[in-house]
Amino acid sequence: MASDGLLNGLKLYGSWASPYTHRVQLALKLKGLEFEYIEEDLTNKSTSLLLHNPIYKKVPVLLHGDHSIVESVIILQYIDETWTDNSLLPSDPYERALVRFWCYFIDDKLGTTLGTVFKSAGEEQKKAVSEVHENLKLVEGELQEGVFKGRRFFGGEKIGLLDIVLGCGSYWLSVFEKVADVKLIDSEMFPLFCSWLKDFEEQPEVKEIIPAIDKLLEYAHGVRQLMLSLSSTAGDPTTTTTTITGDDQGSKD
Amino acid sequence: MAQENDIELLDFWVSPFGQRVRIALAEKGVDYEYKEQDLMNKSEFLLKSNPVYKQIPVLLHGGKPICQSLIIVEYIDEVWSDKPPLLPAEPYARANARFWADFTDKKVYECGTKLWKLKGEEQAAAKKEFIEIFKFLEGELGDKTFFGGETFGFIDVALVPFVAWFYAYETCAKFSIEEVCPKIVAWGKRCMERESVSKTLSDPDKVYEFVLFLKKRFGVE
Repeated sequence: MASDGLLNGLKLYGSWASPYTHRVQLALKLKGLEFEYIEEDLTNKSTSLLLHNPIYKKVPVLLHGDHSIVESVIILQYIDETWTDNSLLPSDPYERALVRFWCYFIDDKLGTTLGTVFKSAGEEQKKAVSEVHENLKLVEGELQEGVFKGRRFFGGEKIGLLDIVLGCGSYWLSVFEKVADVKLIDSEMFPLFCSWLKDFEEQPEVKEIIPAIDKLLEYAHGVRQLMLSLSSTAGDPTTTTTTITGDDQGSKD
Repeated sequence: MAQENDIELLDFWVSPFGQRVRIALAEKGVDYEYKEQDLMNKSEFLLKSNPVYKQIPVLLHGGKPICQSLIIVEYIDEVWSDKPPLLPAEPYARANARFWADFTDKKVYECGTKLWKLKGEEQAAAKKEFIEIFKFLEGELGDKTFFGGETFGFIDVALVPFVAWFYAYETCAKFSIEEVCPKIVAWGKRCMERESVSKTLSDPDKVYEFVLFLKKRFGVE
């Protein structure tokens, strides 16, 4: 059921290449919610962004009336709990805990190692590539034998929270392969993951959100060149790189 | 073979993350079997229960494992929903609670570890960071009794185990947390009036002893 963004007072601060932003855009779309989108220049953050996310100063930020909500997985749950049609989370507490766990893993491990592949070269990159493979193997294992076995999506017949979190960002796998010249994924190594990803990316709502691959390639290529040149002159990666390498960071217990 | 309603907790005595789970279980009045783990020689059972991270805490409910302390606490809150809730009902309040609990996860333990692991200028930088983190938390607490308001809740559960580490942090980095964040220290004392907290938190002297043991192990003078 479509709702008017102005009536809802929904505003999203994001960045066009940020998978964390895409997650929120996709969730809002799946819920049929209209919203105002504000593109942030991450090299020159707006005063509004800094006001609404003073601690992390990152995108995405969702404004809903007077409320500002940050951290993509927290935003997704907020959306799901406020507009309760078309649930993104399952109703069973154990399955909910598993969904939350795998969302945490994706940001904490998969996203982080993927970021390292992108940022590095040589031995460090080789190590990161094998870590990405290990992480994908774990996801593949869940699709093969875990609670999600036999399902079309992690959420069942429809996309759920875990699909959104894993799916928005998995496009970087094929982008990084080309830009960083590494082998990250194929359907022989990860058959279930690849068929899930293909199905996810063909969903109409997903197609509307994810930017064209050639745009992402061009962007990633530019950022990687910049990072490699900065690291060779012992500098810090620019803030632009954080869109790719991770806005939300997990922590360990 | 675990029965359907059996609850086991794989944990390590001084872990603030494990303690979050113990506090949540106590708040809900849930009986469980506590299984102390040897983290230097991890059991097959732990590795099988948490193959991804190989860490404690792990809660097993009817043999099914749940990992990551805040996820476990939410699970406990949802399963034992007949008892007073840890998370508030309203979506924005819930988002806020998750944000601050997550902030605690991202910031407190790592920065606290730097306080005993580092020396000189690096330690001084960590001390500055630590104070900044707790000033943010103090800002969120304000003049409320607990982070959730009048009732003890999710953020309180997430943060309170670290109160037992204050003495160790203060001694290693030579400062007083009470001086810089008096409201946090006062809040910690109020939490300790709850049995779930006072019976769970480690004795600060024992935490300090443990930190000294870690320092030795890591070769930190």
